[in-house]
Amino acid sequence: MAKKLMKGCEAIAEAAIQAGCRYFFGYPITPQNDIPEYMSLRLPQVGGCFLQAESELAAINMVYGAAGAGARVMTSSSSPGISLKQEGISTAAAAELPCVVVNMMRGGPGLGNIQASQGDYFQATKGGGHGDYHVIVYAPSSIQEAVGMMAKAFDVADEYRIPVMILADGLIGQMMEPVDMDQVGEVHLREKPWAATGYVPGGKKPRAVINSLYIETEDLDVLVSRLEARYEVIRQKEPMIETYKTEGAEYILCAYGTVARVCKAAVRILEEKGVKVGLVRPITLWPFPYDKVREAIAQESVKEALTVEVSSGQMVEDIRLAVNGIKPVQFMGKGGSRIPSAEEIAERIMEMRRA
Amino acid sequence: MIKVTIYEDWCKGCGLCVRACPKGVLALSTSHLNKKGYYPAEVVNQDACIACTACARTCPDVAIEIEK
Amino acid sequence: MVAEVIEELGIREKTAGIAPVGCAVFAYNYFDIDMYEAAHGRAPAVATGYKRVQPDHYIFTYQGDGDLASIGTAEIVQAAHRGEKITTIFINNAIYGMTGGQMAPTTLVGQKTTTSPLGRDKEHCGEPIRMAEMLATISGSAFIARCALNTTPNLIKTKQAIKKAFETQIARKGFSMVEILSPCPTNWGKSPAEAMDWIGEAMIPYYPLGVFKEV
Repeated sequence: MAKKLMKGCEAIAEAAIQAGCRYFFGYPITPQNDIPEYMSLRLPQVGGCFLQAESELAAINMVYGAAGAGARVMTSSSSPGISLKQEGISTAAAAELPCVVVNMMRGGPGLGNIQASQGDYFQATKGGGHGDYHVIVYAPSSIQEAVGMMAKAFDVADEYRIPVMILADGLIGQMMEPVDMDQVGEVHLREKPWAATGYVPGGKKPRAVINSLYIETEDLDVLVSRLEARYEVIRQKEPMIETYKTEGAEYILCAYGTVARVCKAAVRILEEKGVKVGLVRPITLWPFPYDKVREAIAQESVKEALTVEVSSGQMVEDIRLAVNGIKPVQFMGKGGSRIPSAEEIAERIMEMRRA
Repeated sequence: MIKVTIYEDWCKGCGLCVRACPKGVLALSTSHLNKKGYYPAEVVNQDACIACTACARTCPDVAIEIEK
Repeated sequence: MVAEVIEELGIREKTAGIAPVGCAVFAYNYFDIDMYEAAHGRAPAVATGYKRVQPDHYIFTYQGDGDLASIGTAEIVQAAHRGEKITTIFINNAIYGMTGGQMAPTTLVGQKTTTSPLGRDKEHCGEPIRMAEMLATISGSAFIARCALNTTPNLIKTKQAIKKAFETQIARKGFSMVEILSPCPTNWGKSPAEAMDWIGEAMIPYYPLGVFKEV
């Protein structure tokens, strides 16, 4: 199909619909408004249902209800709204409910601002809600990539019965790029015998109990063990990363999302200066691609790594975990919403070379 | 023939059925405890029962059955 | 009663229930139908999600006064506001039961609880909230009633009201709720019989019984 100029939010919403999402519950908050807006027009056209909830907190609980009835369901918000959803996400994870949550990150903490930011990394990957649980986190760095993630996100959610987060930012949400909608990817709808779709006593289908309460320690232990075993499988099978010109590089940049694109420009600037720099770009932030990150940085040729984020340093901790001290990992970034320029990143590498 | 059945081991001896019964058919046992260690309700005057089902309706534990 | 009504209306196989956090937290073990456990206060939102996916199925929430009239006020008001075709069974026992007897928004003025040890003080934290009257003012509400469990006639009326609420949902008229004044002997520090009497002496005067909305 020919490419079409689309806004990030709208492209993601359309891709979700093509991935079989038929239910969306959301709430207004900049910079993700175009997702609920788009869904409110399109979902009824495909026999789906859009509903604006009274709060992001109510929205994630509506997702809980819909997911429990076996539907492919999504919600979206931006940072403060995602904070409001944390109890619901933890509860959905514990009730083993598949759903997709899109976070168009904005400047924080507090009300912060509405520009792009990357300050929610910890919240997304280390569990913003209570208890030991995880959600799979995909971080797109372009609108086309985000579109290509939606079918996979719903598929993986259904396969592992887990909430999946698309961690993008206000820039990806608000900018327009040419998008080929045929790249949504394959859609695998599957049976959900566990869902609450009606129960005939003595019938084939078991009674559905969508629940996360296990008052006896032994019972909670069974749930937590089941979840942990599933997370281990995910850690083995699902990590995704892009490596860019890392072969024989002198320095390795580490970045995700929008910042990774700026880093690629920095790599080219440095190339012209005869400095060989590569980039590792985690695409799944959980499960984090520790092995591939270490592999790139552990190369003989590499002196140091530099993690660049629009935050005061969050993913850098996972980079350091991956490298485990065998190479120094510097950090460049600040909280809020100031995206460094390619020149600034290139300059920082030059400073490191001089040091 | 009216028959009142009390599922003794579901009873927690709250006495609401005794309070609700207009004919004094029921009373809490003073002689034996049920499995949970409560003095359960007992039918002490079956003949007086008019099957009004007041006891069955008020029982919080659905432990009373009335057959008419 | 709720189970009896579901059976009498023949909708058991297409009905799901939502247990809240609160005394009914284990309700999923007591209703042999599809059941959900919802986060505290959020049952009406969960019910909304379920109903939007399966409009021809039936769903009820079974919520206490802490769940519905305190943390979940927004959810219940908005469910009524949207005219969600769901049924809510609202147990008003003027206290937080499961957690050991704290004051609830429905606790009466002067009523002693573990967080109003000297009795609820109107100046300090206001007068109890009357949810049935409040929700009856919302156009999306199609059937709102308040009943009590303290006498046999009231028990009979309660079951009739529950049945009417489910019939309202089946007829897709809009949101239905039955507020039920219920005893909590344990946390009121009364015997079961005294608790039932207290409902009549103290609660009903403040929480009048009756149908507040019927479409």
